[in-house]
Amino acid sequence: MVGGRAQLRGAKLLTWVALIAGACFAGLPALWMVASAFKSNLAIFAYPPALIDHSFSFNAYLAVLGDARQLRFFFNSYLVALLVTICTVVASILAGYSFSRYDFRFKRFLTLVIIGVQSVPPITLMIPYFGLIVWLGLYNSYAALVLTYMVFTLSYAIIMMTGYFNTLPRDLDEAVMIDGGGSFVTLWRILVPISLPGIVSVGVYTFMLAWNEFLFALTLTRTNDMRTVPIGIHLLMGQHSFEWNQMMALSVLGSLPVLILFLLFQRYFIAGMSAGSIKG
Amino acid sequence: MLQPEQPAIAAPENLRWVEAKRKFLPYAYLSPTLALLAALTIIPIATVFLYSLVDNVIVNPNPPVFVGLDNYETVLGDRKFRGALGNTLYFAVVSVAAHFVIGLSFALLLNTRLLGSKTKALFRVIYILPWVFTASIIAILWRLLLNPHGVVNFVLLELGFVQEKMEWLADRDLALNTVTFINIWAGYPFYMVSFLAGLQGIPDDLYEAGRVDGGNSWQLFRFITLPQLKPIIVSLALLDFIWTIHQFTLIWMTTGGGPMRSTEVLSTYTYKAAFSSHEYSIASTLAMIILAICTFVGILYVRNQRMTDA
Repeated sequence: MVGGRAQLRGAKLLTWVALIAGACFAGLPALWMVASAFKSNLAIFAYPPALIDHSFSFNAYLAVLGDARQLRFFFNSYLVALLVTICTVVASILAGYSFSRYDFRFKRFLTLVIIGVQSVPPITLMIPYFGLIVWLGLYNSYAALVLTYMVFTLSYAIIMMTGYFNTLPRDLDEAVMIDGGGSFVTLWRILVPISLPGIVSVGVYTFMLAWNEFLFALTLTRTNDMRTVPIGIHLLMGQHSFEWNQMMALSVLGSLPVLILFLLFQRYFIAGMSAGSIKG
Repeated sequence: MLQPEQPAIAAPENLRWVEAKRKFLPYAYLSPTLALLAALTIIPIATVFLYSLVDNVIVNPNPPVFVGLDNYETVLGDRKFRGALGNTLYFAVVSVAAHFVIGLSFALLLNTRLLGSKTKALFRVIYILPWVFTASIIAILWRLLLNPHGVVNFVLLELGFVQEKMEWLADRDLALNTVTFINIWAGYPFYMVSFLAGLQGIPDDLYEAGRVDGGNSWQLFRFITLPQLKPIIVSLALLDFIWTIHQFTLIWMTTGGGPMRSTEVLSTYTYKAAFSSHEYSIASTLAMIILAICTFVGILYVRNQRMTDA
C-alpha cells in the first residue's frame, strides 16, 4: 500500500514535470512575442534579455493602431475572411445536403474529386491563377482573394457538412416533404437550424484558413491598400530598419482574432480540426 | 370511356418530370461548388500541364513552341531541382515523425487520470497555442527568438549547450534543421487534438481486460492504444506529409530558401522560377511534379479513409 502510494506520487510528479516542460516548449515563444511588443525597439536585443524591462510601454501597439496603412491590413483580412466564410458556408450547406440526401450517378466520383482537391498544392495553381485573375480583370481585388481561397476552404467544409448532415436522421426531412415542402424548404427550415453546431465548426475553421492564407494574397494583390495581415508582416519585414517591437505588436494583434475565436468556440474548432483525420 | 384514360396518360408525364427533377436536383445543389472547382481547379491544372509541355509561355516575345517532355528532362536533370527535392523530403519526413511523437506525447499527457480536468483544460489551451499563429507570424517570431543576439542563443550560451552565438537561420549547415524545427513547433497541435479525440474514443473495457491479463502500462500502450489509434495515425501522417510539401510561407519568410539554397524546397524553388526568373515553362513543370507527388500521397490517403469507413 505504502509502496503503491509512493509510486503514485512519483508518477504524479513526473507528469507535472513533463507537463511544465511541454508548456515551456509550446508557450514560451508566444510569451516572448507578447513581452517584446511592450519593449522599445532598442531594448529588444538587450543583454541580458528580460521578459519585462524599463522600456515597458504601449508605444508599439499605438504605432500599429495609429498607422492607417497597417489598420488597412486588418480591415482587408477581416473583410476577405468574412466573405470567404459566408460563401463557403452557403456553398458547403448546399453541397453537403446533396451528398448526404441524394444518390446520383457521379456521386462517388465527385466525392473523390472534392477530397482530392485538398491535396492539390497551392503553388501548382498559383501560376495559372495569376494569368486567369488578370484575364478576368480581378487582379488586385477582393474578389480574386475570395474566389481563390474558396478552392481550399470549400472542399474541407463540404466534407465536414456532409458528415454532419449524415448524423441527422432522414425521417426529419421526409416528414416535411410529405407535408408538401420542397427539398429547398426542408433544407433551410429543418436541417440548417438543427445543424448550427456543424455550421459553426465549418465557419470558424474556414475563417481561420482564410485569415492565414499567404501565397495567393502575395501573388494576386499588388497595392498596399489590398494587402492582408500576413502579407503586411512580410512587407514590414522587408523594410530596411527592423521595427521588431512593432512587428511583434502587429503579430499579437494579428493572432487575436483566431485566439478569441478559438477560446469562444473551442469545442467547434476541435471538431473541425479532427474531422479531416478521423472521418473523411 | 375517355375519361378514365386521362390520368393514365398524365401520370407517366408527371412521373417523368418528377424523375427528371430528382435526377437534376443534386447537381443543382452542387452547382456553385462544381462551377468553382471547374474554373479554379480543373482548368488551371490543365493549363499548367499545357504550359509544362511548351516553351516561351506568358512573358516571351517568341511564339510558344510545343516541346513535349523536354522541360521534364531539363528539370529532372537539374541539380538544383534534386537539391530542392531532397530538402523537401527531409523537411517533410522529419516534420511528420516529430509531429507524431510530440502530438501523441502531449495527447497522452492531457489524457492522464492523474490530473484534474481544470488543469488539463488550461494546459490544453497552452499546448494548442502554436496552432493559433499564422505561418508568417510564426516565421517573424522565430526570427526574433533565433536571432544571433536573441534569447535562444542567450539561454543556450548560459546553459553551456553552445560556445558561441549561433546563426541558426543564416548558417547553411544549420538552416534546414532550424526551419524543420520551426515547422515541428508550428504543426504538432493538429496531431495532439486529433489524438486526444481518438484516445477518448477507446473503450475503457479494453484497458480493463488488458490489466486483468496482467499487462503493464507499456504493454497497454503498445497493444491497445497504438493499434486503436492506427487509422488516425495513418491519415494524419499522410495529410501532414501533403501539407508539409505545400508549405511555402514559413520557409519563404525565414530563409527564403537560402543560404546557398540549403533550405530550398520545391515550393520556394517553383515560386522563384515563376516570379523571379520568369521561366514559366520550368515553373509549370515543377508545379506538375509537386502535384504528382501530392496526388500520389493523396491517393494513399483516400484509400486509407475508405478502409476506415468500411
